[in-house]
Amino acid sequence: MQNHVLDYLEETVKRVPDKIAFAGEDCALTFADTYRDCRAIGTFFHEKGLYKEPIIVFMRKSPKTIAAFFGVIKAGCFYVPIDEEMPATRIDLILENCKPRAMICDEETAKQAAAFSYQVPVYKYDTISKTPADAEALQEIHDLSIDTDPIYIVFTSGSTGVPKGVAACHRSVLDYIEQLSETLEFNEQTVFVNQTPLYFDACLKEVYPTIKFGATTYIVPKSLFMFPIKLVEYLNEHKVNTVCWVVSALTMISAFGAFDKVQPLYLRTIAFGSEVFPIKQFAIWRKVLPEAKFTNLYGPTEGTGMCCYYHVNRDFALGDVIPVGRPFKNTEILLLDEKDERAKNGEPGEICIRGTSVTLGYYNNPEKTKECFVQNPLNTAYPEIIYRTGDIGKYNSYGELVFVSRKDYQIKHMGHRIELGEIEANVNALEGINSAACIYDGEKSKIVLYYVGGLTAKEVTLQLKEKLPRYMLPNVTEALEQMPLTPNGKIDRVNLKKNYQEKSK
Amino acid sequence: MDTLLEILKDLHPDVDFELCDTLVDDKILDSFDIVTLISEINDQFDVTISAEDITPENFNSAESLFALIERLEDED
Repeated sequence: MQNHVLDYLEETVKRVPDKIAFAGEDCALTFADTYRDCRAIGTFFHEKGLYKEPIIVFMRKSPKTIAAFFGVIKAGCFYVPIDEEMPATRIDLILENCKPRAMICDEETAKQAAAFSYQVPVYKYDTISKTPADAEALQEIHDLSIDTDPIYIVFTSGSTGVPKGVAACHRSVLDYIEQLSETLEFNEQTVFVNQTPLYFDACLKEVYPTIKFGATTYIVPKSLFMFPIKLVEYLNEHKVNTVCWVVSALTMISAFGAFDKVQPLYLRTIAFGSEVFPIKQFAIWRKVLPEAKFTNLYGPTEGTGMCCYYHVNRDFALGDVIPVGRPFKNTEILLLDEKDERAKNGEPGEICIRGTSVTLGYYNNPEKTKECFVQNPLNTAYPEIIYRTGDIGKYNSYGELVFVSRKDYQIKHMGHRIELGEIEANVNALEGINSAACIYDGEKSKIVLYYVGGLTAKEVTLQLKEKLPRYMLPNVTEALEQMPLTPNGKIDRVNLKKNYQEKSK
Repeated sequence: MDTLLEILKDLHPDVDFELCDTLVDDKILDSFDIVTLISEINDQFDVTISAEDITPENFNSAESLFALIERLEDED
């Protein structure tokens, strides 16, 4: 039985060594290149004495970044991707959480890394990828590895202002890749364009199926997603047949009327997720690509990427919500009501995930882990961990799971998962701020920040830029004389939202 | 032009939009900004920016963006 994610690569490199695996703006790596580089990097860290510990990968988006991930796994370690667009203070929080002893950089990011307050020894990709592979040592590491060993940690927004690192192991990634590949029918002819950042679990959808099947993934510059016509032309130029993108990347193309000028010629598989696909935009896509298969995917980082799917097989009216559908094989969704019992048919309940796809938990964070990686309340006989997503769902009349709302202040904004509490914690930490509250305008996709304090809105925005990633910055920032409070003295978010809606009319 | 500068300043208070002509090349604007900008411009100027107008050239500076708006206004 396969128990190591890189066994995919071991098999594929024998079959199609010279095929392009990952192609980007700066370079393209064949399967043989990827294999060679990851073995070199694995050997390098082995010789450094690193084993079963986190190694930071801080590189610009490139095929080499992926080979660096694999190299870390080869060394028997786990990769922690961080990105040049993350503000330095956030990166410091991540480094403090992981306490890494090594960081892989490219020429550019090595300069940025010098400015971090938490200093980690930096190794440049282009140097360490030239290490002669020690076949014997690599084989030994491979033989000793167990499929419950972690392979990566990715960081997600945390409501207290500190990001949480989700650690996932070989087995949950293997399970995910097998089920996803079967569901979306990937094969050796699959050509992907990666849209999501490499520092999230979302890129698993392209990275691992590529080495499993000997497929090809194009890693495109982010700027391409600003220019809809160029983007579609790019898809056609590279005969791209499969995209797994966030909804906002797809609607950017349809909403601006790009299809009037150019249409995707080869695209057959369109998977989307992370947020609601407005039916008006979805209808445009379906009209342009009537033969294509559209699949809605749902799942949290804590469930190793995606855990539910729905193949769109009927028409939806404006205002309808495309269902989350059903879990992948080998995963069960438990809908638990407030008494921790199964929600009655059609009643809402918290979506909880049971199965191999549940990740290991939050790295170096037992308190947060305990809150949502919990014993299955339906089973008191033996230890069994389920993950409580905090999402409320219910079954519709077709028996399909539908997302209803959140239990807390987590939002999905342009495909990113954000805790409004994390933004508020960062605003509250600014000097001169007395209180802060965020609300989300889902219709216009705007994060609205209200605050009381001596700073101007511009000053607040400028200071937040140093602390929060771009996608978490409020789109509207407004100073208030005083914060509306509930009788209990809590911030009255309902009131804030009401005033906001009345004002924007 | 002032209205446009105001929209841009709201997105990035720290950028000198009167001078900068590498908004796209230097990755100052990202896809969030483009989407926001287009909807704000469509609202405030009563024009429709279509897909073929969304090019790096048109969005590289406030000046070129304003020129695009004027062109679109003339067409109406």
